[in-house]
Order: sequence, then structure tokens, then C-alpha cells
Amino acid sequence: MANPDDPLVRFIEVQKSYDGEILVVKNLNLDIARGEFLTMLGPSGSGKTTCLMMLAGFEPATHGEITLDGTSINNLAPHKRGIGMVFQNYALFPHMTVAENLAFPLEVRKMGKSDIEAKVKRALDMVQLGDFGHRRPAQLSGGQQQRVAVARALVFDPELVLMDEPLGALDKQLREQMQYEIKHIHESLGVTVVYVTHDQSEALTMSNRVAVFNDGVIQQLAPPDELYEKPNNAFVAQFIGENNKLMGKVTAMNGKNCTVEVDGGGPVQAFNVKAGAVGEAASLSLRPERVEINPPDGKYPNVFNGKVEELIYLGDHIRSRVNVCGHDDFIVKVPNATGHPQLSKGSDVRVGWTVEDCRALDVYEGP
Amino acid sequence: MSKSLLLSTVAAAGILLAGAASAGNLTVVSWGGGYTKSQVEAYHKPWLAMGGKAINSEDYNGGLAEVKAQVESGKVVWDLVDVELSDAVRGCDEGLLLPIDKSILPAGDDGTPALKDFLPGTLTECGVASIVWTTIYAYDTTKFSGAKPTTMADFYDLKKFPGKRGLRKGAKSNLEMALMADGVAPADVYKMLGTNAGVERAFAKLDTIKGSTVWWEAGAQPPQMLADGEVLMTTAYNGRIFGAVATENKPFAIVWDAQVWDLDLWVIPKGAPNVADALKFVAFSTDTKRNAAQASWISYGPVRKSAAPLVGKHATAGIDMKPHMPTAPGNFKNALQNDFAFWADHADELNEKFNSWLAK
Amino acid sequence: MSDQVTAAAYAGPVLAADGTLLKDRLNKTMRRRKLIAAGLVLPLGAFVFITFMFPIILMLYRSVDNPVVHDNMPQTVAALEYWDGQGIPGEEAFAAMVADLVQARKSKEIGRVATRLNFEMSGVRSVLTGTARKAKNMKAPFKDALIAANDLWGERELWVTIKRMAKPFTASQYLAAVDMRFDIDNNMVMQDEDRQIYVTIFGRTLWISLLVSVMCLLLGYPVAYLLATLPLKYSNLLMIMVLLPFWTSLLVRTTSWIVLLQTNGVINDLMVWTGIISEEGRIQMIYNQMGTVIAMTHILLPFMVLPLYSVMKTIPPSYMRAALSLGANPVTSFVRVYAPQTVPGIGAGSLLVFILSIGYYITPALVGGRTGQMISNFIAFHMQKSLNWGLAAALGGILLVGVLFLYWAYSKIVGVDNMKLG
Repeated sequence: MANPDDPLVRFIEVQKSYDGEILVVKNLNLDIARGEFLTMLGPSGSGKTTCLMMLAGFEPATHGEITLDGTSINNLAPHKRGIGMVFQNYALFPHMTVAENLAFPLEVRKMGKSDIEAKVKRALDMVQLGDFGHRRPAQLSGGQQQRVAVARALVFDPELVLMDEPLGALDKQLREQMQYEIKHIHESLGVTVVYVTHDQSEALTMSNRVAVFNDGVIQQLAPPDELYEKPNNAFVAQFIGENNKLMGKVTAMNGKNCTVEVDGGGPVQAFNVKAGAVGEAASLSLRPERVEINPPDGKYPNVFNGKVEELIYLGDHIRSRVNVCGHDDFIVKVPNATGHPQLSKGSDVRVGWTVEDCRALDVYEGP
Repeated sequence: MSKSLLLSTVAAAGILLAGAASAGNLTVVSWGGGYTKSQVEAYHKPWLAMGGKAINSEDYNGGLAEVKAQVESGKVVWDLVDVELSDAVRGCDEGLLLPIDKSILPAGDDGTPALKDFLPGTLTECGVASIVWTTIYAYDTTKFSGAKPTTMADFYDLKKFPGKRGLRKGAKSNLEMALMADGVAPADVYKMLGTNAGVERAFAKLDTIKGSTVWWEAGAQPPQMLADGEVLMTTAYNGRIFGAVATENKPFAIVWDAQVWDLDLWVIPKGAPNVADALKFVAFSTDTKRNAAQASWISYGPVRKSAAPLVGKHATAGIDMKPHMPTAPGNFKNALQNDFAFWADHADELNEKFNSWLAK
Repeated sequence: MSDQVTAAAYAGPVLAADGTLLKDRLNKTMRRRKLIAAGLVLPLGAFVFITFMFPIILMLYRSVDNPVVHDNMPQTVAALEYWDGQGIPGEEAFAAMVADLVQARKSKEIGRVATRLNFEMSGVRSVLTGTARKAKNMKAPFKDALIAANDLWGERELWVTIKRMAKPFTASQYLAAVDMRFDIDNNMVMQDEDRQIYVTIFGRTLWISLLVSVMCLLLGYPVAYLLATLPLKYSNLLMIMVLLPFWTSLLVRTTSWIVLLQTNGVINDLMVWTGIISEEGRIQMIYNQMGTVIAMTHILLPFMVLPLYSVMKTIPPSYMRAALSLGANPVTSFVRVYAPQTVPGIGAGSLLVFILSIGYYITPALVGGRTGQMISNFIAFHMQKSLNWGLAAALGGILLVGVLFLYWAYSKIVGVDNMKLG
């Protein structure tokens, strides 16, 4: 047994191509710790599912090595890897009852009959489906099928469980409920989970760490809060949460900060994360809730005039679209707090923000 | 329900109309292939040249099934059918065929009255014979380096001539040939087949080659099987073998021993649309000239005594046809005439026994 | 408006806006719809009835219909009605027979009577037609006159046969179809051994059909699996290859098997040339049961592949992956997870192929030789050659019942809802 502090799973220089021309996964290095809940998040075609399939053994890596518990599994057949997996459409065997589905992995492991019964019962109880063992999957609701799928992936006590967009088919309310359930199961069992989704709120809710995939490359690997508040590059800033993007050119560097001349606006003081040298293009990322409308004079180094284009009432806050620096898609979230500024469409306002909240990043043009 | 009745009435009316439309032509039905060609050349063309009614030539596979179906449904479209003797007799007995008045037949070219000119047994109540044909057996001469088969016994001798045999799938002519191969004289064959012991003896003889036999059904098959080398020798209709030799230069030879000969006759289904023209055609096509002319297209023998001397050369291959006639003296020594009365009585039982034997 | 609301509130009959009963109104609307629907199906219904149901009913009727003796020998039928079947009947039966023979000869029906009786008792045909010719000049006592004409008139068996055939309906064709007959005392007994055939042939038909179904399943299953799992561009090509036989005439396909399989055919030549077999050791692959099974398997293969394919296509690959991820090796995964889900396709394909096989005719006729003949070939024989349409109908009737039974058994075991045809 390897050292418990060593990562459970390692992707080392892994590359994957289906046609020998285009790399779907480019030079992936990733360590997954024991007991971790790691989510691979990204748009479709970003390579996240391919990574999961390589880990499960259904797709061979074109180059590089994947290790599990310190040993290479590149040439290990899927059924010998001992990895539990939950599929997008659950893949519950329709011709078997729920109990038979759960007993299946135990039977192929030649476990004794009484052991199987005990384990199946425990797994069903874990997902609160104790009375449903004799039913067929088709007789269950979507959420119940989901739970059975999770129970089946866990019933043979794997150290690692993979989940491939398992909540994609559920409606919003059920999905949120299941997110917590899966999170709790993870916490109580201490099992390692690798979870694939394209839903960022799901990723932020459940994970210890999130790997944001785009174009076959991990753009950023960080805990959820860091990912949201300190995006490393323009793609992550845009992909996670709502984001105001201002395009401009770097005019000065001063230590950790820099000055960016926004196209059609003026100079903005920003926190330099990934901006290029003076004279190069950069994008500024600014979360809508970090902008203040009509701030007191002198509170912010960055204050601009704008015009309210649109107001949407959302209960806890008011979403205002403001034309600032020639960008008419600038969003400001005005909290519906006591004494919040009363805005009306077409009125002139001033907006301001701090240097730290305004992150100067590279330019991402989109796919 | 009444609607479907209406529909079926409309459908039936449509069929009747279609039938009425074709009633304009004389529909003559025969066996197809080289045989129908000989009839077209020898009968149809001169008939049309003489100004006879236009002919609609159709093929069939023998038997009375279609005639029975047409007569029983009352929608007869065939005017004239070329049938085997047993079918001519049976169809007449069952009232499917029209009796033919023999006075319509012209006298022979040499002046002999028709009733005396036709060979004995070739005129029946409902039928007028046109040809004599024969079931013989034939072989591919290139497959034999030494002795060649000459008798029916040779056909059954697997030791002397090892190889596959071809036989028609049916009791008729096979049982007779088996008995003759076993040494029964042609004259005693049907007497013997009338007894259980005789039938058993015939099947016992057939048993000796059962394992080496390939069965055929259509007349076109035996020459093909010989050509493919599928069989070493096979029973066949003599005209088909001759056709393969004369027109395709196949190296086949016919063994004229213990063959079974039969007749083909013209019959008219009861209720045929053009009876008067059909009768005229029967008289025309069986006169001495036409009867001899058909033999220059295929090696089937004429049924008029007056026609026999007129048989000449093959129309295209130029072969002298006389020696190839089943009725030629050299071929006719040990021949047996198919006994239609015997088969009318026993075909059901013997075919059942034959099928049962075949299936085992 | 408020009136109607009130009326509804009183729970009385609900009225439509024009004051008529709502229920009547609904029925009227629905009736028009039903009429239109019925009108759309009617042509097809009529077509199916005329071309399918009606002939089947006629066939079943013909298998028991027995009018010939009853209609054409009325006096004999009446005279034999009270005969106890022992010894030979009295003079009045002989007199009636002579009168009927004279009449039947005049009306030309004697041939049909003779043919019908000949199916039951071989050799009777010429006795009847021969006697009928002389009947006009016969004088009493007719018993002596008939026996003088032919000894058979003095045999009890002939009279028993005539009495049995006097009934307008008979089960004798069905008995014959299962190799049985009535003996002289009207007991059902087995047919003489050298005339027994149909039970053997029915058995063989089932056996060949089973063999063809199994062969189709063994060959078709992997093909269907490939079709369902290959990428589209390959599976399309494969699908065309599967369907190609459909677009070729049955006769062409069958004869091309003759070219391939015959003793001097392509396959034998190839095996001799490569030295697998000797020149003398050429294998008989056609004109026997093997030929029938090979050719029919080829022809019926698409009927197995298509239902299998349509079932397999709906099975997502994630099932196999799930089974693998749960630790089952590929074979176990296939057997326990994939294969059970294809059962509806296996059932539908096998039933389809089996039922089609049972009624197969042309292929066995062309390549079946002696041992590859099936029951349809004998039905055709009795339709075309022996003209015993009653027996053909009885054989067909048994075949029909067999197919219906199979369908029933299938729906009991697998469930018709579980069948997927495409």
C-alpha cells in the first residue's frame, strides 16, 4: 500500500487523440488526493469526459501515464480497476430488480450470499430506498434511479468513484437536493470522488477542488471560492459566475497593479494577474456585485459615468444594465438593502470599484 | 360488409372485362422452351399465314390444376392446352374438357382416312394427339473412356458405371423403368405393378441407386445437370436431350432401351371462349404436313402414319431427324407405352408410396 | 350563460351552448371522427378480407367439404343410410348404384366421383368408370350384374368406403394429413407403413425451420451487434450488405447457391484445388437437407438481423461500461447484461424466421432434393399434380393451426408486447 499522503490518482503528461490529428486532451498533469471530491468542469468538448473515460479505462490514453494508488493502470482492463462509476443516464440494468442491480458487482466478486444481502441492504438504506429492492428500475422515479445508481457504484466499497454528469437528467429542484445528498455520502464514507459536470453551480456546491477544462487543458485547478474570486485567466473569469469584461490596453505597470486604458473609456486601475507588458491588449474582469452605484466621492480610484439602460427586479437584488465606457453590457447588482439607490431607466449614474476587485487578465476571444 | 361485397363485385367485373378483352385471341397453352418453339414454327406461323385467328401463346408446367381452377370458377381463358395422355383422359372423365368430334380431322396426304391414319390409341374422347415423346436416359459421352451404357440395367449398375444418377421426382416411369432394369419384360410391367409384390420389387430396385440419385422436376433440368457434371447419367425427355445436342452441341447420347413413351394431346377446356377456332386449329395443326413439320424442330415423333415418311432434316442444324424419332424402328424395339388407365387408378397410392419412400 | 352554470350546479344533465345535451353533442362529434377513421381503414380491411381471410376460410372449408358422392349418387346415399356396414348391402343398394351410375355417366360427373373414391381406395377409379359404361344395359338382379362387371362390387370394403364418403362433410382428409385412415370398421388406424409420410414431413419441416432459425440467430447476432455499434459510415455499408439479398429475386439467389454448392460447383472446386478434399471426395452440399438449410438461412437472415438490430440500437453502450466498471469481465458483462436485453429481438427474429421457414416452398423445391423437402412442397404437389385439393387444404389447415399455436406459445412465454419487429 502506498503512502496515504500520496495522491490516489495521478495523470502524468497524459494526451489523448481520437483521430491522430487533433489532441482532445493536451498534456494533462493532475493529482487527486485521497478522500477528495474533485470536479472536472468545462463546456462540452473541453476534454473533461475524455479524462474520466481514460481513468475508468474505456478509452486508452494516447500518451502519458495514469496511476492509481501508485501503480500504472494504463494497461489494466476496466473491470480490474475496482473503480465505481455513476453514468449520465444511470445505466441501471433494466432486466434486473434494484436489489439484483446492487448485488451484481458483489456476485461477480464471488461474495457469499449472506454478505451480499447485508451489503445490498446497507447500500439501499444509505440512499433511503430500503423498501424498493424488489422493484425494477423502470418503476422508480428519476431521483430514485439516481440514488440506486449511486448506491450501486458504492456497494462494493471502491476507493474511487467516478460520476459522469449524474444529475443532468433531473429537474432543478431535485438536482439541488441530490447535490447535497451526494456531498453528504461523500463526507460520511470518505471515498474519493471524481465528478464531471458542465454546471458550474453544481461544481461550486459539491467540490473540494474544481478543475476547469477548456480546449483540452486545465485552465485553473482551485477550491470553489478561489475559483470565483481569483480567476486566473479570462476564460475562467467568464465561465465561472457572472462577469463584466472590459477590453483595453496596458499603459503602465506599477508593482502588483497596472493601468489599463479601456477602449472608448478611460484609464482603469487594476490588479495585475495575467496582463501582458505595457502596450499589449488586456481584459478586465469585474464581478457585478463588487460595483457600487453613485459611491461617495474619493471612495474608489475607479469612478466612471454611465447611463442606466435596463432594470430587472429580482427580489433580493436589482440587476441593472449600465452603459459604461462605451460598453452597454455592463451589469451592476444593486442589493435590495435599506436605503439602496433608487434608479430609473435612462438616468445618469456614476459607478465605482476598487483596484483589487478589478483583475487584469489575458484576452480570451472565445471558441 | 356491403361495401366489401361491392368491392369484390367490382374486382370480379374487372377480371371479367380483362377476360373478355383477351377473348379476341386464341389462347394456346403449352410446355414452353424448345417444345413451344417447335409448335410456333410448325403450327402457329402457317396458321397465321393462312389467315387464322391471332394466337396468344402461353406456357405452363403440365397437370390439370389450372384447367380445373378455370373451369370450376367459370372463368376460362385457355382455348387449347397441350396435355399428357393421362391428363387428357382424367380431365375428360371429370368433365373438365370438351369432347372433340373426330370427323373434323382431315384425311392423310396419302388419302388414308384420319381415323386410320392416326396411330392406335392417339385419339381419345376429348383429345387429339400431336406427338409421341419418350422418357429415356442419357449420358455425357466425354465422361466414358471405355464401355458405354447401352441398357436400362446399366443405368442401375453402380459397380460398372460409378457416379450420380438423375431421376424425375415422381412415381410415373421410374417404377416401370426399375422393373425393366430388373429384367421384367415390357409387356408384363403393368401387370406386375398392379400387385404389392411388384411395387415392392420396383422400389427395391430403386433402393439400389437411391443414395446416388439427384432428383429433377422440370424438363429443362436434366440436360443442365449433365452439362454441369452434377450427374453421370439421367432420365430425361428425349426432345430436351436432342435439343441440347442439336442446338448447343452438347456431347450427350441417348440410350434407347426400356424407355417409356407417351403422347401429348390437344384438349379444349369446357367453357373455352373460342371453341370453333380451337377446333379449326386442332384439325390444322394435326394434318400430315404440320405433323411432319414439327419433327424438323424437335425430336418428337409424329402421330400420323402418313407423316412418318415426310420427316426430314432439322430446320437449322441440318441433322437428319428420322433416326432421332422415338418411333424410329431402331429406337422402338424395347419400348413401353405409358398405361394411362393404370396410372389413373393408382397414381394417388403409388405417388404416396413413392413420396414416403423418398422421405425415408 | 348563467342559466347553464346553474343547471350544471343542480347536477342535472349538462347542456351544450345550443341547448342540446352535451353528451349527445360529444357523441355526435366523436361519431363523425370514428366514421372518418373507419373510412380510412375500410379499403385495407376489404383488401385483407378478400385476399387473405376469405381464401383461408375457403381453404378450411374445402378441407372438410365432401359433396361429390353426396350430390351425384343420391339414390345410393339414401339406400346405404340404414345399412349396418356388415357383409354387403342388399339388392336395393345395388339397384340404386346402377341407377346413379347411369345418371352420373350422362351428366359426366362419374369421373369426379371415381376420383374422389380413388383417393380413399386405390384402384376404384377404373371400377366405377368401367362399370358406368356398362350400367345402361344392366338388368335386375343388379347385384349379380355389378359383381359380374367387376369382382370388387362384392367386396364389403368398397361399400363401406362409399357409405363413408356419402356424408357431405368428412374428416378423412385431416386423418390422411396425419398418416391415418378409417379402416373397414370405420375405426381410425395408422396408415400402412409404406404409405406414411406426412408426420415425417411435418416433423422434418419443424426441424429444418428450427435449424434455420438457430443458424440465422448464430450468424445474425454478431452482424446485428456490429450494425448497432459500428460508426455510422461503416454500419451503413454493412446495412446495405444485409439488405442486398432483399433486393435480389428469390430465384436468382437460390440458383446462385446451386452454382456455388453443387458437386462441380465453386466451393467443391476450390476445396479440391486447395487439396482439402480429393477429386472423389467432393461433398454433396445441395439437393439435400443441407442445401435447403444453407439457402434458406441466407434468404431469411435479414429477418433475423433487422429485429435484433432495432433492439440492440436502443441499448446504450453505457450498460456494458457499467457492467465492466462494476467488476464483471467482458464475457460476463455480455452474457448477464447485454444479451438479456436483446431477448425481445431474439424472440421476434426467431419467431419471424421460424414461421416464414415453416411455409417455405420454392427454395426447398429447387435445392432440397430428396431429404430437404418440406410440407409446402407436398401441399403444392396435391394442388398441382394429384389434384387432391381437399388433402392440400387439410395439410394447409394443420400448418395454419401450427403457426397460430406457435404465436400463442410465444405470447405466453415472451409476451407479444415484448416483440420488436423493427
